Amino acid sequence: MNDSVQTTPEERLESLADNLREQFEAKGCEISSALGEITMQVPREQLLETANQLHDDELFQFTQVIDVCGVDYANYGESEWVTKDASATGFGRGVDKKGLQAGESGADRFAVVYHLLSPSLNHRLRLKVFVETEHPIVDSVINVWNSADWFEREAFDMYGILFKGHPDLRRILTDYGFVGHPLRKDFPLSGHVEMRYDPEQQRVIYQPVSIPPRTQMPRVIRDDIRPLAQEPEE
Amino acid sequence: MPEIQNYTINLGPQHPAAHGVLRLVLELDGEVIERADPHVGLLHRGTEKLAEAKTFNQSIPYMDRLDYMSMMCNEHGYVSAIERLLGIEAPIRAQYIRVMFDEITRILNHLLWLGTHALDVGAMTVFLYAFREREDLIDCYEAVSGARMHAAYYRVGGVYRDLPDVMPQYEPSKFRTAKDLDRLNSNRQGSLLDFIEDFANRFPGLVDEYETLLTDNRIWKQRLVDIGVVSPERALQRGFSGPMLRGSGIEWDLRKKQPYAVYDKLDFDIPVGVNGDCYDRYLVRVEEMRQSTRIIKQCVKWLRENPGPVILEDCKVAPPKRDDMKQNMESLIHHFKLFTEGYSVPEGEAYAAVEAPKGEFGCYVVSDGANKPFRLKIRAPGFVHISAMDEMVKGHMLADVVTVIGTMDIVFGEIDR
Repeated sequence: MNDSVQTTPEERLESLADNLREQFEAKGCEISSALGEITMQVPREQLLETANQLHDDELFQFTQVIDVCGVDYANYGESEWVTKDASATGFGRGVDKKGLQAGESGADRFAVVYHLLSPSLNHRLRLKVFVETEHPIVDSVINVWNSADWFEREAFDMYGILFKGHPDLRRILTDYGFVGHPLRKDFPLSGHVEMRYDPEQQRVIYQPVSIPPRTQMPRVIRDDIRPLAQEPEE
Repeated sequence: MPEIQNYTINLGPQHPAAHGVLRLVLELDGEVIERADPHVGLLHRGTEKLAEAKTFNQSIPYMDRLDYMSMMCNEHGYVSAIERLLGIEAPIRAQYIRVMFDEITRILNHLLWLGTHALDVGAMTVFLYAFREREDLIDCYEAVSGARMHAAYYRVGGVYRDLPDVMPQYEPSKFRTAKDLDRLNSNRQGSLLDFIEDFANRFPGLVDEYETLLTDNRIWKQRLVDIGVVSPERALQRGFSGPMLRGSGIEWDLRKKQPYAVYDKLDFDIPVGVNGDCYDRYLVRVEEMRQSTRIIKQCVKWLRENPGPVILEDCKVAPPKRDDMKQNMESLIHHFKLFTEGYSVPEGEAYAAVEAPKGEFGCYVVSDGANKPFRLKIRAPGFVHISAMDEMVKGHMLADVVTVIGTMDIVFGEIDR
């Protein structure tokens, strides 16, 4: 067993964060740790190089990619609850936080998030790469971690993020001939088309959805009001 | 010389060995697989998209429907991600209950896997045996949550309610004789814990029964030994987890290595395979069932001795007690707010993983401070495993594809999400 496995998780986290800072901060990566997890934001030009180093370097040994997923930061931190029109005084409860920015990179709407795991050193890391909004393209890490294959296909399918160097970037979860990228925030929950059997044409046909859009519960953003997290009142 | 072309066949999506709705496009050279291209997504329901439109608690039942063979483990992954974001921890009794039900779920899953795997390979009996025991465990689910499969029992901050003091019994019916009824109800006289303990005492003997049917069975070994061999290096590279990784000889189990809930207080062993073939993975899973029984016994013992709360008494995340709600204005407001608006989770992101029966099940939750998740990504173990399909079946016979599908323990609820 490796020495580092014998140490406590906090110590391992600390030393990993230190090592990451030493190796990657000069390249423009931002390392932050929260809730017992380390996140490293990588500039998209550096991704492949960083991935290779994280995989091969004795200090890190991230031999497994646990998960790759896209995130769409459009409408981040926006409340759905429009209350001003309903009542000028009675329902002032919806809180609007316009000050929140979509990620640190400002204008970039999409991010690709990689969760790495090192079974030998027993630590985890989250990599985050922001990609351009207009041409969301990022290097594929399939040659570093083969298991990224289907995850990247999924991110492409769900968000339309392209992975440069992926040998077989097809849709994976959606229907054959599907149009659009369903997990984007501007894609409606009920979708655009519905499928039914048409007895006249005697085949399955697609038609525009007949479900009216509807929200059961508005999206409400509140400050943390739990008594546990609150400062004691004076 | 005539030109010989490879033959392409389509297996599934409606095929009993496809374990649901797997469509597999196979390119054959004679009877040998040249290439396998799994088409998944036929069961895609958009769980992640749906979760973005619902409050945090409303998505818990969706988790049951992901890997519908290991329901409570999925819930565990989801609630622990939210708990991490909220910075809360479930009461210790709730954690023991969770661990006990995680292990019950593991046995449930492995029994189904064993039964169907054997059925695919050509052994009928094990399936019937396995379903006999599953019945008892599903009754435990029913006793504790009211639902036989899709329990929605784990909540953020604990579990929905404490274990019941009485075990539901079979009722008289014209299809059962009085003698049968007495036999069926004989171990259901006490509490749920008594029933689970009785099961845990009985179960190792029953695993022996399955093993006598399979472990040294010549046909079983002919079909499994040296099929779908994955080397440790390839297993890591392909992102395997759970029994698929341990079958290849890598000692990696989140319950031991990154303990969550109360696994660090319990005594159990991690079985590891040697050759990385289907037979080793079979042995690993069978041993896991025995180890789960050990964990269940320890949990039962602890739960008997230590009564206490099973959910946080923080009304901002957990509903107030029923009597309180009827008597107390504030509790009524809490109850109303919690079941309509839900709770707002502080801004941030968290990834929480549990060792589900199939491997690492993780939930990555991004919250922007709202009462709904901004993004929920479900990391399903089966999705990674089936992506290695091509690699595992290449060079094998057509009949071995079924064995490999079986050994991966595939459930489409989680792969397609």
